[in-house]
Amino acid sequence: MLQVFPDVKGRFGDFGGKYVPETLMGPLQELEEALDEAMEDQSFLDEYHYVLQEYAGRPTALTFADKMTEHLGGAKIYLKREDLNHTGAHKLNNAIGQALLAKRMGKKKIIAETGAGQHGVASATVAAKFGLECKVFMGEEDIRRQELNVFRMKLLGAEVISVSSGNGTLKDATNEAIRYWVANCEDHFYLIGSVVGPHPYPGMVRNFQRVIGDESKQQFSAVEHAVPDRIYACVGGGSNAMGMFYPFLEDDAELIGVEAAGKGVDTPEHAATLTKGTPGVIHGSLTYLMQDDNGQITEPYSISAGLDYPGIGPEHAHLFKTRRVRYESITDQEALDALKLLTEKEGIIPAIETAHALAQAFKEAQEMSSEETILINLSGRGDKDMATLMEHFQEEVDHAD
Amino acid sequence: MLTKQAFQGKLTKTENLFIPFIVAGDPSPELTIEYALRLQEQGADILELGVPYSDPLADGPTIQRAAKRALNAGMSLRKAIQLVPELRKRGLEIPVVIFTYYNPVLRIGHEEFFDLLEENGVEGVLIPDLPYEESEEIRDLALQKEIEFISLVAPNSDKRVKQIAEHARGFLYCVSTLGVTGERNQMTAEALQFIEKVKEHSSVPVAVGFGISSYEHVQLVNEHADGVIIGSKIVRIIESSLDKIESGQTSDVLEEFSEEIRRLVKG
Repeated sequence: MLQVFPDVKGRFGDFGGKYVPETLMGPLQELEEALDEAMEDQSFLDEYHYVLQEYAGRPTALTFADKMTEHLGGAKIYLKREDLNHTGAHKLNNAIGQALLAKRMGKKKIIAETGAGQHGVASATVAAKFGLECKVFMGEEDIRRQELNVFRMKLLGAEVISVSSGNGTLKDATNEAIRYWVANCEDHFYLIGSVVGPHPYPGMVRNFQRVIGDESKQQFSAVEHAVPDRIYACVGGGSNAMGMFYPFLEDDAELIGVEAAGKGVDTPEHAATLTKGTPGVIHGSLTYLMQDDNGQITEPYSISAGLDYPGIGPEHAHLFKTRRVRYESITDQEALDALKLLTEKEGIIPAIETAHALAQAFKEAQEMSSEETILINLSGRGDKDMATLMEHFQEEVDHAD
Repeated sequence: MLTKQAFQGKLTKTENLFIPFIVAGDPSPELTIEYALRLQEQGADILELGVPYSDPLADGPTIQRAAKRALNAGMSLRKAIQLVPELRKRGLEIPVVIFTYYNPVLRIGHEEFFDLLEENGVEGVLIPDLPYEESEEIRDLALQKEIEFISLVAPNSDKRVKQIAEHARGFLYCVSTLGVTGERNQMTAEALQFIEKVKEHSSVPVAVGFGISSYEHVQLVNEHADGVIIGSKIVRIIESSLDKIESGQTSDVLEEFSEEIRRLVKG
């Protein structure tokens, strides 16, 4: 039996905790109490599952990728279709849970940080649905590369606040959201989008995302009468991976988290936190992160805005250290190749983030036997990435005409 | 009632304390030394020497910009600590508190960090993102080395005020309002009430920071608390003279700096 994490100090083994300014200790305590109460309240859980079903469209499908399986000639490949979730990615599961909690706590205003814009869109969506005011902090570089999602957020009635500090990416947007929360915590709820941040966020977000793994387990068992041999998910902060992995932690399935290797883990331009990082504190949590010898956090790089983050959720740090999960990394180019392959073989255009998990899974699937099975969390769809994809594939596509 | 042994006996008064904050290396180590000496001349009782950090969560835009300048100039936690003996050589006598975020400390390692502080004659340390619940080991090490670990309380610390205040060493940093560091126009009645409440529980001087930016604030705070911590206002004075420094008018800049600090704390 695995130990239950987080423990009372908000730790996952050696990692986690609350490394925040004193002004945030009060709001975190308030959140923790409200969360514990809500998770014990059947009516809260019922409402959460009702909204997932009737509004988000859950359960999402489990698709057998027959053409992909045939193409690679190895393990049977299954896809958990979070791209079919309302708003196009797994992010909404968590946003619904936290928005319901905000409402329960009487907070009418939410703030959120976003990288690829998927969590920003999910937050703006639940704000519209539940009548909350919403501010989304987003790095100026991400605003540039995720123009479409910025427009979606605005259309949904959210205010998008451009963050220019640092490289203008997810790390910087998170800093600014935390600063804003410090000053406005009395009436604002901070809706964090990943399994990062101070306790109780990492555990809370995981619990609102575990529906992915819970459904997968049931659906997979119905067709294969077993658990998958290997399960893959991409990891930036790590919420889709934690949601998928958590229900399988005690099962006999190998779990593989895939980080962004950017231009290569031997170059300075990557976001492979566990592969290349060291333990430290980022955004209120003790975990692994990318830093220099002086303990300054370094700027990550990935083609995918959603993986462009120098930290990782503390529970991943724990699962890495205890070797329960294997972490690999995939370059921009490998991810793009996998994206194109899945699109051509299965008619599914995945998000570039998701394509990292696909690339690793495809590499391994061809080495496996046809008796073996793998499950990939298809965490989001690629509609938001069309501008980036056009830069890379326009010529190739035109040439094929 | 207030302990006189604080800061290894170097803090001799316990009221009307003036505790300025500057960022080490902003805009250069040499100027940090000059500014620190001017602050001492203008009556500073303790120097808070800020270590620049890439992700300063508790700081507003002014100190973020200063940190960026200092990092670009190559400052680090180790170098900031090693600046203290230089400051002493040049005549700084007041106690120095190293203000640093936790991650650089963790990178050096707790033991080595305290060895460095001790070797370089640092009297105090403040880590804004290491709350009471996470600081036990650091507090123990600080006690062993006779280095004051400065704690913070905030208006929403609520039930934790008593616990934090009772364990406070050196002085207690009272955050006057919710939010990040930065200049503010007024001190609210609630803030003043909060200061009184903190003082009830504290056996060390209570100094108030976050938002203090005028002589009127200083006077008002000193009626209720034992001292003021002034950061963003001073950092902004430094920032406003960067052009002049670049064009070689450093001595004018330092004279003006002294005058502005004098007006700020003495009216």
